[in-house]
Amino acid sequence: MLQLVLTILIYLILVIPVGSYLYHIAAGKHTFADPVFDRVDATVYKLSGVDPQKSMDWKKYAMALLGTNAVMILLGYIILRIQSLPFLNPNAVGAMEESLSFNTIISFMTNTNLQHYSGETGLSYLSQMLVITFMMFVSAASGYAACVAFIRGLAGKSTNNVGNFYSDLVRITTRILLPFSIVGGLLLVWQGVPQNLSGNVVVDTIEGTKQIIAQGPVAALEIIKHLGTNGGGFIGANSATPIENPTILTNMIELYSMMLLPGACVITFGKMVRDRKAEMKEANAVSASHTGAGSLTARFFGREGRTIFAAMGILFVIGLSLCFFAESQGNPALANAGLSQSMGSMEGKEVRFGVAQSAMFTTTTTSFTTGTVNNMHDTLTPLGGLVPMLHMMLNVVFGGKGVGLMNMIMYAILAVFICGLMIGRTPEYLGKKIEGREMKLTALCIIIHPFLILTFSALAVGTQAGLEGITNPGFHGLSQVLYEFASSAANNGSGFEGLADNTMFWNITTGLVMFFGRYLSIVIQLAIAGSFMKKKFVNDTAGSLHTDTAAFPFILVVVVYIFAALTFFPVLALGPIAEHLVLWA
Amino acid sequence: MKEHIKEMLHNSKQAFGVSLVLMLICGFAFPLLLTGLSAIIFPHQAGGSLIEVNGKAVAAEHVGQEFTEDYYLWSRPSAYHYNVYNENADGTKTYTDGSEFAGLGSGSNNYAPSNPELVKRVEADMEHFLEKNPDVKKEDIPTDLMTASGSGLDPHISPEAAEIQIPRIVEASGLEEAKVREIIKNNTESKLLGVFGEETVNVVKSNIEIGTAMGLF
Repeated sequence: MLQLVLTILIYLILVIPVGSYLYHIAAGKHTFADPVFDRVDATVYKLSGVDPQKSMDWKKYAMALLGTNAVMILLGYIILRIQSLPFLNPNAVGAMEESLSFNTIISFMTNTNLQHYSGETGLSYLSQMLVITFMMFVSAASGYAACVAFIRGLAGKSTNNVGNFYSDLVRITTRILLPFSIVGGLLLVWQGVPQNLSGNVVVDTIEGTKQIIAQGPVAALEIIKHLGTNGGGFIGANSATPIENPTILTNMIELYSMMLLPGACVITFGKMVRDRKAEMKEANAVSASHTGAGSLTARFFGREGRTIFAAMGILFVIGLSLCFFAESQGNPALANAGLSQSMGSMEGKEVRFGVAQSAMFTTTTTSFTTGTVNNMHDTLTPLGGLVPMLHMMLNVVFGGKGVGLMNMIMYAILAVFICGLMIGRTPEYLGKKIEGREMKLTALCIIIHPFLILTFSALAVGTQAGLEGITNPGFHGLSQVLYEFASSAANNGSGFEGLADNTMFWNITTGLVMFFGRYLSIVIQLAIAGSFMKKKFVNDTAGSLHTDTAAFPFILVVVVYIFAALTFFPVLALGPIAEHLVLWA
Repeated sequence: MKEHIKEMLHNSKQAFGVSLVLMLICGFAFPLLLTGLSAIIFPHQAGGSLIEVNGKAVAAEHVGQEFTEDYYLWSRPSAYHYNVYNENADGTKTYTDGSEFAGLGSGSNNYAPSNPELVKRVEADMEHFLEKNPDVKKEDIPTDLMTASGSGLDPHISPEAAEIQIPRIVEASGLEEAKVREIIKNNTESKLLGVFGEETVNVVKSNIEIGTAMGLF
């Protein structure tokens, strides 16, 4: 218990400077490292023929993002199909089959990292580097770029410039992801994560048997896998393996790597909104009561950022508590068989992490949409497994690479709208009126996610090809299906790994869900930002509903839960909740 | 219209350019840079932290192994038998229980808590354990020793799980109890800063010390 509280406290301390740094990058402000990075960036722009100064409106920005991602998908697909070449392939891995290559490439470009292959035998080192590690950088950078553009749209003064996609993509990669990865990667190696290009090692054990041990450039992939909230493992069992995650210290490094940037995005948002308000105040010299720095938290997070961060934090702590409690209770079926459950439910968990750090990792990986696992989610107790599933269904609890922030703002718009209707005030957010067009887009954006999860789950349980994947009997079978599609739609990538998912049916369906889950939302969200930009600022009046108050985060949390209950409760009742009731009966 | 096509061409050129350059930086230069730095600063860890006995690699520090001898500590059950196998005379490869070796792998059985197969496996393991450790009472078996880890490669067991194996090891190895306890203590790691993680006993490293003390190699 104490270790969970401390883990969160350390996070809150770490996220503030990282947030401030990200804000400086996003806003194009001066940082201490500029002399180096300006040169690096200039070289990259020159080599790739990019014109970084050119401004883009939201449509051009979205097109540039889609176009670039399409090119990357093409390049990656080709490499997967020819990976059997003897270059950087000491374990002689063969080419990847078409439907699996399709699934894999969509999975990594959309930052999902759902893996229907096992890294040890499915990928050559060339693919692990040129496809997987590469995509982990650029899919994260694409997501953050979209998020930064979205924030500029909401917080900026310009009416049509959301920035330049190529320049955002490069700056986020070179100034944030790469330097953090080099330092973090070295820390991981120091703790025992391998980083080499030699083939797998076979040793003669002291009992006279043989053991084969995986090797490879693991640390390089490992660090960006978390930093970019990607989640796909070098090795089949991911960060549960002592090769990817050998000590409690590597576990903490991996944990914080995935938590820092999504939290930092919220801070960036808060600070950019504050900047605009401060500038407007200066320009108008009108005494708007809600600008400027007040308390310490408002200074670090920005008032609007603080609201969003608080709402996400509340959701996170509730989920973590439930997951930790459920896992600590152990498995009554094993207790009946006579096995002590005093350590909690240890099936599928590592001794070095125990129940506490496993619950922490599980809640984090699904809240921050990473998808890396340090224990097997399929073996979680029913309620312990409900938490990760629910957090992917919500998809707003911090979320990876900026997506969580954009989704949460959809809910903030919805909350403002609902509150406005209830108390008869004009719905406005961040000083702009919310009108029909934004509400329609917001509703569409919010509804896509449950629509993808529920219809495809229905398809899977309604067809033989889908049912064949299920490996656990009873209610848990439905949970396996739900989890897979929730993970795909939320671009998470973790799995109830028992699911036999490397089949044509599962490769194609999850590939489609990942694709639409990622790009439809991003385009709609950029469209909302575009629509916001064109509006005039309204004056703060007595009739405005303030979103930077202490009460608003709670309203936001309630709106999120109500919407989740309306869409997902029936199916959760049939899956994990039914399993829980039967197991504890 | 001509303007439009020109812009599209310009855009796709930028998209290709930036993709290729970033692919080389992130997918090639970065992993190679890290490989080089690691090889210079942390050569042992970068190479997989292999443990050598008499100049030959017998294990890796962080990767668990399956042990069947009574004088060694036993690991937790593993769906992949820790990738430990026998090479038979006819060229086939089998796990130590005689079933076919599935090749390098990792993971668990992925049994849901409500899956009857989980209870069956645990009951069978408990029976085997009690048979080999007659002094142990069923309710004293620690949870971790009868449950499989997530990776199937967990190198650790809990101190309690090591403790209840001591009588068996003492009897089978002929070592003194104090010596066995000392070895286990040497390979027990406490929580990070006394707070984070759990207390662990490294099975592989303990067993290499036990074997050395017995003069097996």
